[in-house]
Amino acid sequence: MMSTLEPILAKHPFFKGLEEHYLRLIVGCASNVRFDIGQFLFREGEEANNFYVIRRGRVALEVFSSERGPITIQTVGEGEILGWSWLYQPYRWHFDARALELTQAISLDATCLRNKCEEDHDFGYEFMKRFSDIIIQRLQATRLQLLDLYSTR
Amino acid sequence: MLPQPYVVQRVRRETPDTYTLECVPPTGSDGIPFAPGQFNMVYAFGIGEVPISISGDPAEPERLIHTVRAVGQVSKSICKLKYGDELWVRGPFGSHWPVETIAGKDVVIVAGGIGLAPLRSAIYSLMHHREQYGHIVLLYGARTPHDLIYRGELEQWRGRLDNSVEITVDSAEPEWRGNVGVVTTLIARATFEPSRAIALVCGPEIMIRFTVLELQKQGMAVEDIYVSLERNMKCAIGFCGHCQFGPAFICKDGPVLRYDRILPFIGRREV
Repeated sequence: MMSTLEPILAKHPFFKGLEEHYLRLIVGCASNVRFDIGQFLFREGEEANNFYVIRRGRVALEVFSSERGPITIQTVGEGEILGWSWLYQPYRWHFDARALELTQAISLDATCLRNKCEEDHDFGYEFMKRFSDIIIQRLQATRLQLLDLYSTR
Repeated sequence: MLPQPYVVQRVRRETPDTYTLECVPPTGSDGIPFAPGQFNMVYAFGIGEVPISISGDPAEPERLIHTVRAVGQVSKSICKLKYGDELWVRGPFGSHWPVETIAGKDVVIVAGGIGLAPLRSAIYSLMHHREQYGHIVLLYGARTPHDLIYRGELEQWRGRLDNSVEITVDSAEPEWRGNVGVVTTLIARATFEPSRAIALVCGPEIMIRFTVLELQKQGMAVEDIYVSLERNMKCAIGFCGHCQFGPAFICKDGPVLRYDRILPFIGRREV
């Protein structure tokens, strides 16, 4: 497993520039997973035990409304990172994540990684820098979505 | 510069407020040649004139195609035209997408909403000479799936193995299985070589600014990014000054402009 995932993770932009021994730490917490169409990767309120590097497919981040049914907030696709609730207490998912297509991903164990971040703060800082960048990107994109740019005034 | 009457041959409803009109020129005329990205001043008789990009194929100037969104009195009037009605037109005006000078490059086309309309003529030109270009990527964003225009063409372009077409919407009903999110989120995943790519961008100005930021983040230079701007245009020939944008007139120096030339002015409230 390690020899298969290490080169895949090493090439991923999220892990670019990460020192080799850190990458090996991460690979130790990684596993291949797959989700069929309609299958949930996680549900709102569940413990956030991992995050995902999507290799193939598309996942909808949804919130369920009793009046409107499931509402897709955004989709996450090939090459993107899914999930940051594992980093922050109470370590619970805020939304549902459901596979819109057959989805293959690398799952990274949250408890394993949080422990490693606590043991090695330099490693933890590298992770926080990378996740901060993703969170900022998603926030900016969400702000643009809220602007409703295409409507007529 | 006098308007000429074209005859409406076909009207297609793209979305609840957007229509594509296909027109033929006056009898005995072959139609006026145009370059992709140019616009006409389209006149609703007795009401007024608006600038509308030409959305047809530059290789077929005898078919004049305009896609119009009904937002004001003039455009609403134009959208009510039917087969056999007259559409008064003067033009074409303005600068064009540089399709003839970008051979060998990857082409990244980013469109938002009705911004796909000014880009459609460029896409036709690129497809006619497909072998001259590298990767061609079309990234298109709209408000909802119901607001997507040119659905038939999108499927055709998507069906070609030598193109990439990615579509996203800002919000969607549960039946939608595609991307949800703003169009800028598609750029990082797109397949193109930033050092040898040209970008053609059209849509709301805020979308254009953030698209350019994302393209730069991927390694593109502003000199390689072309945008089509929309401002209030009246005379269309650089006399009235309504469309002045810094030192440029959108009607004459634009609407297609290289981004490095407008960077000092775009987003500035005083301009």
